[in-house]
Amino acid sequence: MSEILRCENLTKKYPNVTALNSINLSLESGKIIGLLGPNGSGKTTLIKLINGLLTPTEGRVLINGKAPGVETKCEVAYLPDNSYLNSWMTVKQIVDYFVDFYADFREDVAYTMLNRLGITPTTRLKTLSKGNKEKVCLILVMSRNAKLYVLDEPIAGVDPAARDYVISTIINNYNPEATVLISTHLISDIEQILDEAIFIQNGDILLHKTIDEIREEKGKSVDELFREVFRW
Amino acid sequence: MKWTLDKAKPLCPQICEQVCLSIALGEFKPGEKMFSVRETALNAGVNPNTVQKAFEQLEIDGILYSVRGSGWFVCEDISKAKETLDNLVAEKTEAFFSALNALSMDNEAIKKYVKEWDNE
Repeated sequence: MSEILRCENLTKKYPNVTALNSINLSLESGKIIGLLGPNGSGKTTLIKLINGLLTPTEGRVLINGKAPGVETKCEVAYLPDNSYLNSWMTVKQIVDYFVDFYADFREDVAYTMLNRLGITPTTRLKTLSKGNKEKVCLILVMSRNAKLYVLDEPIAGVDPAARDYVISTIINNYNPEATVLISTHLISDIEQILDEAIFIQNGDILLHKTIDEIREEKGKSVDELFREVFRW
Repeated sequence: MKWTLDKAKPLCPQICEQVCLSIALGEFKPGEKMFSVRETALNAGVNPNTVQKAFEQLEIDGILYSVRGSGWFVCEDISKAKETLDNLVAEKTEAFFSALNALSMDNEAIKKYVKEWDNE
């Protein structure tokens, strides 16, 4: 298994707070990995560093051996925590935009998924509900044929029934050589499909293990362990 | 195939066990082709890697075998899968007895009760 993501002493300091405190992390390709932590623990900071939207204060992050840049953006499909798409555009216009923008975009895959969720391509984005907008964003990201998918809170606004569809979308559409990094609070919904879990708190990595290791060692689900570790 | 997975236990052994049961109960016949790893993963709502690992374990245990390029098949000899079923039956029976023992019924009383239950 090759290494897709590597963090070496990765530190990010904001004026009043250390968001990431010298973390070391190595992720293999072909895995679905949960990035789990309470609010303000550093999840989104880590994700933004991976995508080159922030620069590290110290240390470095490498994607497939390369620092974030134009080349890595071709290999990383990123779902941000809030929508960045123009709300006046129709779904079809956005798909066309992605086709233009990303060489690895699979248009047929995108339309198949939109169709299954009953989203008509002529709908303007601003007329979609919050949950449906999130689904469109996820479909756009998963329609790329990337090496690393980074999903920041992909299911937060989606109803429980559609979550199952979102989860099967993730299983169905990622290529087995690719890695999916998912940040979420909704652990019980997603833990069945994870290979590994990373617990992050106050900028430190508390734990990085496979799901079956956690269940075997602790005798409880990842969700239960999370509630215990991060109890107030 | 219906999946009931306990979230507090490791997934891989649970998948192995349930595949064994479905074979022992005749849902899959000896020599028959299994669902693919991906189909099974989608049905069970788990990660394909977990299913892959479970199938590889079942291959080591002599319950499934893989044919390159065409998928996974049930072995002709399903005695190992039947063993899993027997073990589970034994486990459930023991749990049944110990639950009723805890309610201060001795084994004789349980047997009597079961007989009456059956007649009703």
